[in-house]
Amino acid sequence: MTKSTSTLNAGDPVISLHNVSKWYGQFQCLHNVSLDVGKGERVVVCGPSGSGKSTLIRCINRLEVHQEGQIVVKGLEMTDNIKSIDAIRRNIGMVFQNFNLFPHLTVLENLTLGPTLTRQMKKADADELAMHFLRKVRIPEQAQKYPLQLSGGQQQRVAIARSLCMEPEIMLFDEPTSALDPEMIKEVLDTMIELAQSGMTMIVVTHEMGFARTVADNVVFMADGRKIESAPPEEFFGNPREERTRAFLDQILKH
Amino acid sequence: MLDANPAYRQRPSRRMRDILYSESFRTAIYQIALAGAVGLLGLFLYQNVIENLQRQNIATGFGFLREISQFEIGETLIEYSSRDTYFRALVVGLLNTLKVSAAGIVLATLVGFCVGIARVSNNWLLQRIATGYVEIVRNIPVILQVIFWAAVIRNLPAPRQALDLWGTGFLSNRGLTVATPASDPAHLWMILAFVAGVALMVAGDRWAKRHREATGRHVDILWPGLALIVGLPLLVWLAFGAPHAISFPERKGFNFAGGSTVSPEFVALMTGISLYASGFIAEIVRAGIQATPKGQVEAARSIALRPRFIMRYVVLPQALRVIVPPLTSQYVSLIKNSSIAVVVGYPDLVNIGNTVMNQTGQAVEAIAVMMLVYLIVSLVTSTLMNLYNRLVAIKER
Amino acid sequence: MTTASPQFPAALPAYDPLARISAGDWLKKNLFGSVWQGLLTLITAAIFLRFAWFVLDWGVINAVWYTSDPDVCRAAAGACWAVIVEKHRPMLFGLYPYDEHWRLVLMMAIYLVTIVVSLMPRNWNLRLLVPLWVIAVVSIGVLMFGGVLGLRYVPTSEWGGLPLTMLLFTGTVLFGMPVAVLLALGRRSPLPVARGVSVVFIEALRGVPLITILFVAVNVFPLFLPAGVEVNKLLRITIGIAIFFACYQAEVIRGGLQAIPRGQYEAAASLSLTYWQTTRRIILPQALRICLPAITNHIIAAMKNTSFVIIIGLFDILTATTAVMQDPLWRKFYVEAYLFVAGVYLFFGYALSLYARKVEGWIASGRI
Repeated sequence: MTKSTSTLNAGDPVISLHNVSKWYGQFQCLHNVSLDVGKGERVVVCGPSGSGKSTLIRCINRLEVHQEGQIVVKGLEMTDNIKSIDAIRRNIGMVFQNFNLFPHLTVLENLTLGPTLTRQMKKADADELAMHFLRKVRIPEQAQKYPLQLSGGQQQRVAIARSLCMEPEIMLFDEPTSALDPEMIKEVLDTMIELAQSGMTMIVVTHEMGFARTVADNVVFMADGRKIESAPPEEFFGNPREERTRAFLDQILKH
Repeated sequence: MLDANPAYRQRPSRRMRDILYSESFRTAIYQIALAGAVGLLGLFLYQNVIENLQRQNIATGFGFLREISQFEIGETLIEYSSRDTYFRALVVGLLNTLKVSAAGIVLATLVGFCVGIARVSNNWLLQRIATGYVEIVRNIPVILQVIFWAAVIRNLPAPRQALDLWGTGFLSNRGLTVATPASDPAHLWMILAFVAGVALMVAGDRWAKRHREATGRHVDILWPGLALIVGLPLLVWLAFGAPHAISFPERKGFNFAGGSTVSPEFVALMTGISLYASGFIAEIVRAGIQATPKGQVEAARSIALRPRFIMRYVVLPQALRVIVPPLTSQYVSLIKNSSIAVVVGYPDLVNIGNTVMNQTGQAVEAIAVMMLVYLIVSLVTSTLMNLYNRLVAIKER
Repeated sequence: MTTASPQFPAALPAYDPLARISAGDWLKKNLFGSVWQGLLTLITAAIFLRFAWFVLDWGVINAVWYTSDPDVCRAAAGACWAVIVEKHRPMLFGLYPYDEHWRLVLMMAIYLVTIVVSLMPRNWNLRLLVPLWVIAVVSIGVLMFGGVLGLRYVPTSEWGGLPLTMLLFTGTVLFGMPVAVLLALGRRSPLPVARGVSVVFIEALRGVPLITILFVAVNVFPLFLPAGVEVNKLLRITIGIAIFFACYQAEVIRGGLQAIPRGQYEAAASLSLTYWQTTRRIILPQALRICLPAITNHIIAAMKNTSFVIIIGLFDILTATTAVMQDPLWRKFYVEAYLFVAGVYLFFGYALSLYARKVEGWIASGRI
């Protein structure tokens, strides 16, 4: 029943959620959510605000603690064992809605902090790695600036690069474009699309349906803490099964 | 839908290694270690104290409080002589602390509010002078200020050449002597009348609010209220036949007769600690006045509130929310600053506690008594403050 | 600039922050806006000028600057600054042996150079600061204590004056700041026991006056130690003031910690940083920058608080001056003497706050 061994068979899901439930006090914000994500798979989670979609992906790297059910990442179950938490977090990069860059460090220092502190990388190697990913997100020239000197879109791309510097196998995106001005959304989405094309396993919470259509292998719709529907994008957008999904799509696609 | 799958409700039995590395285990271990370290340190210190006291033949416990003090106190609010107990001596000290603090708080508030308002005056000169005052009194150590004022008073002329304060009193190196109304039973009743006036005003305010909510008509109780507060004591005074005898101080021999005298130590200490505090209070008042954004007043005007209502319902509540908490902590710190009384010889709690400590040798207990008293004052104040804050806090998510 | 855009009435003058207003307008706006304001200005000016004239008359025009004869001062109508010239050595150096005062002058020079060098951002690297401080501490120790290199031994009980004030203050800040950070972290800790211990410690010490803590340092602390172990009185007192300082500073830093958004902790967690890595590299650098103004206020307060040692008989600059003012010949000129001491405190307080403002500027411009 438990998957505490780290041997992983080919074809097994990289992330496997089984009946995950979570309460804030009396309020249940996740109801028996199950979800499997295979290697290289891109999953987009959408739903109205307060539907628990953010909570769900925050549980995957234990920024929130689930109370029931099982979360297994690469064959390792997420318990309160600090070793497994650390091992899982090293495999997962996270991008936040508000970027959460460290404002007192330069862009380069933001990127090298993780590698030097948790992966014991030499400073020169970490710098090289950081510049590599800064080039990937197309802002190598901003390396010496401080985050608050950059535009929102640039900050979010730095945040993506910061996560990539940990060389994770999985990336979680928590509404990465919600805090951005419209003209900056595209540059961040482009970066994410490139990342998807490079074969990264991704779970993305977003309202950007265009993005979902282009890159998602699977779209999950959540409401009231429940997983309502999950389908490949053509089917999800073309022929949603559930009434609530249809209502949601109507609302969000009309504008 | 709370029917979570029972299979996952119970975690599988965990191996030892899992337990050792679990977050909850770590949390527990760190805390037990910390509590243990603190406990052991406490025990170690306690044992050392006991051993040292035994070796030095120092008595322990609070029995000494019942012993005879054998020292006089220059200034007392209650009857006291050297044949009274240490306990009573400490009570005298506490009352003196409260006396000088109360007077200091009044003076500090008066000066502080005036300077604070001057700090935001649109009169450039006044504002500059106020700023200079604040910078100077805040940045000179309070102890230096108290010592300075004590030296000033010590160097005042003797009672014979005392400075005459326009017939109302004298200032000399014996302290400040001022004319006071001759004591009369009417005074007690006037104080009661004043309290009654305040109570009536509060009740009136409550009634006015209910009345406004019920009928929509605003009844202004400010002036009737003030009239009550001033008028009631005045009426009582008249009813007692308007006793207007005033005891004027006169030079008599090497001292004064009549009036009431406050000691030079009291004047020096009170002036020092209250002027020091006034600088901080001025800054608090300034911050409070500036805390209400201009937009708030403009918004209030735009819904056609009358100026008085803007003050009462928009500006004042917001200013008080900013002013009251730091003001209270200034009061508390003024009370604590009064503990430097010993440098000028004013018999406050710490000064007398110090004497008791030196006479009995029971340093631990004597210091514990002093600390406890101040701690109670601080805790009571901060509890009241928290209540107040909960009452007025802007409801924000 | 003068062409008004169609949306705005042409009458609106364009805002130009660099425009200079005429002296007349300035006077009207700031001093004589209305009859009442004009009256207020006149009255204030009259009082102020009267006072200023008195200060000038007393402090400069009729002042005696140099004499060793107190009767000359007595005869004069103005201030007797000569008292400071005459008594500056006991005031500044307290009980320290008279012939050894040169050691204190040298010590203060080393001290000030060390501090000034350490405060400059371009010197902020350990390769410079560690040797500097080791040299400074050793040489100050040698100078103050003596007993080596042919210098006469001077016990701490004879230390005094301004050097003592400086040492108390520096010791308070150097020892108190780390304790303050630990207490603040404890109060924000996820561990309830750490929170409880910190809260009780901080609140208990903030609830009592400094003087009672100094009493503990002097009278009770020796009882805490096992028989035979002694800690120098000066050190005990420094620790006492430092812990008191730390409790207030801890509350300031807690404010800074509370201002750090949760996202910073989450981002650090997602990079797998440990608690101490997160605290040291992410949280504290930001928190300390945020509450720097309040931290400075308490550091300045710590400097003022060193004067409390007068009550337990340590000869800092204030105690020394008060002792000097017992001299019946010069006693009358206490105002001048205390003004001098006040000036010393004001000078150092002003220097500190000026430096703090500079640091805030550096922070704002991203230089540090």
